[in-house]
Amino acid sequence: MDALPIEARGLVKRYGEITAVDHVDLTVGAGDVYGYLGPNGAGKTTSLRMLLGLIRPDEGSARLFGRDPQLEGARALDGVAGFVEAPRFYPYLSGRRNLELVAALDGDGAERRIGEALDTVDLADRAKDKVGGYSHGMRQRLGIAGALLRAPRLLLLDEPTTGLDPAGMRDMRALIRRLADQGITVLLSSHLMGEVEELCDRVAIVGSGRVLYEGALDELIAGAAGRYELRTTDDVYAMEIATRYGEVSESGGALVFRGDAQAAAELSVALGVAGVGITALVPQHATLEELFFRMTEGPALNGGRPLEEVAR
Amino acid sequence: MTAVAVPAIRTRRPGVGAVYRWELRKLLAQKRTFIGLGAAFAVPLIFVIGLLTSDGGPEELPFSAFVRDTGFAVPLVALAFGAFWLLPLLTALVAGDIVATEDQNGTLKTILTRSVERWHVFAGKVLAALTYTVAVLAIYVAVALVAGGLFWGFDPLTTLSGTQIGPGRALLLTGLGTLAYLLPMSAMAAIGILLSTLTRNSAAAVVGTLMVSIFLQIIDAISALNALDPYLLSTQFNAWQGILREPTDWDPIVRSAWVCALYALPALGWALTRFLRRDVAGG
Repeated sequence: MDALPIEARGLVKRYGEITAVDHVDLTVGAGDVYGYLGPNGAGKTTSLRMLLGLIRPDEGSARLFGRDPQLEGARALDGVAGFVEAPRFYPYLSGRRNLELVAALDGDGAERRIGEALDTVDLADRAKDKVGGYSHGMRQRLGIAGALLRAPRLLLLDEPTTGLDPAGMRDMRALIRRLADQGITVLLSSHLMGEVEELCDRVAIVGSGRVLYEGALDELIAGAAGRYELRTTDDVYAMEIATRYGEVSESGGALVFRGDAQAAAELSVALGVAGVGITALVPQHATLEELFFRMTEGPALNGGRPLEEVAR
Repeated sequence: MTAVAVPAIRTRRPGVGAVYRWELRKLLAQKRTFIGLGAAFAVPLIFVIGLLTSDGGPEELPFSAFVRDTGFAVPLVALAFGAFWLLPLLTALVAGDIVATEDQNGTLKTILTRSVERWHVFAGKVLAALTYTVAVLAIYVAVALVAGGLFWGFDPLTTLSGTQIGPGRALLLTGLGTLAYLLPMSAMAAIGILLSTLTRNSAAAVVGTLMVSIFLQIIDAISALNALDPYLLSTQFNAWQGILREPTDWDPIVRSAWVCALYALPALGWALTRFLRRDVAGG
């Protein structure tokens, strides 16, 4: 039997008046490094909790490798590991003891993987110390080690680099990259665009509990290309000419021309013929960050703006 | 996007046993456990020292008249006064904490995203809390018995029926009486676990359990409500005295068994239902 690592359909979670997760669909394929991107409070953690079976969706369902945690309990988590929010351990037990504890609750030889997992996250020399004395970064790494004990095929990581120092962030990302290269499917929630751009090949962008975009990351960025900043000696005349070749608008003292490279070339010739001097015609590469802010802060929050427009 | 072969569902899975073993290890790594066990050890000693250093003693308690005659009377008096708040409190100390503390520390989500089902976790915790309760009571009675015997000898004991029994039988009946005492202690533990699950707050659950115990004693003391007494949990803390009669009075023991079950089983059932269905958020 084949099944997708994650298939969530119409997930809804309400807390009183607030809809934390609003009809979220997620589809994560095998081998994806999937970025679940959104500002704090967008419902990322709540979605992950539902995927892991920690909380009950009010509507919709989630399947991991075709199994619904609400119906099949812990069996639905076979081959799945991860954590939501910061990983939590028993502060009065050592790092190794904590791993022994969770390994005992995993069975299936998880205990034999403890040494390797500690090495992978570079905690072997602190494994005898109590977790109460660990730094945030060490706990985060212990959380990854705990997940690796399950020999997962799917890893769910909730903002794994949050609160880490720059070196810790770099190491954590390198570790996630390594795990992904081993063929583990990863769902990574984050509010850091750079992180998602660096690690992920597919993304879902969420705001106020809704998925605003889901798809391949490069398509999203490519779809947002074709913007040029245009500065001329006569903006009024230039604007009139530019409308013949593409869309144009004014923004912050410059013109913004939307069209492909051919249109931009034709526009520059037309402006020259018309005697309008071009002082700048600069292609604008939308970063994920810009797209993200356009989606999460724009009127899209109210559901008023179609995604295609946002992506431009 | 590609689908892949589903990871096989494993046939051998950890269960209640694995959870129970680790619940015990967690208890053994926490100060709270040793405060409880330490008090169960210290209070009988303090009681004995009190008896040695003054002429006074407990009055109007079963066996209090013989407390300096034989060491066997010491644990029995200790059982009688332990019922007021000491033993319910020591029970609540761990039972009230065992679910709530994991809620507060966020570790509940850690153990609920492994390969054990929620009911395994719950059952393991119940068994661990009961094990601790047994340990508290065993230490309490054993220390009282040994200390009492050291100072006043293991002389024959006068039963509540006025008959004399030899050391061997006195030891046996003390043991059986302690087992009977375990029934209401376990019911207190069940109430503690219920409050621990409902409140998600360790301190509230510990104090709440003690308040339930005291509340039941207040009802016990109101003479207008005497008709309720046989069905109060607090009354069951006296049922063990039936063992210390000749012939044995089984009535209070039998009633204690079903009355305690009437408290414990619904409490555990309610707690389990909540534990199975609840959202594990926060932390």
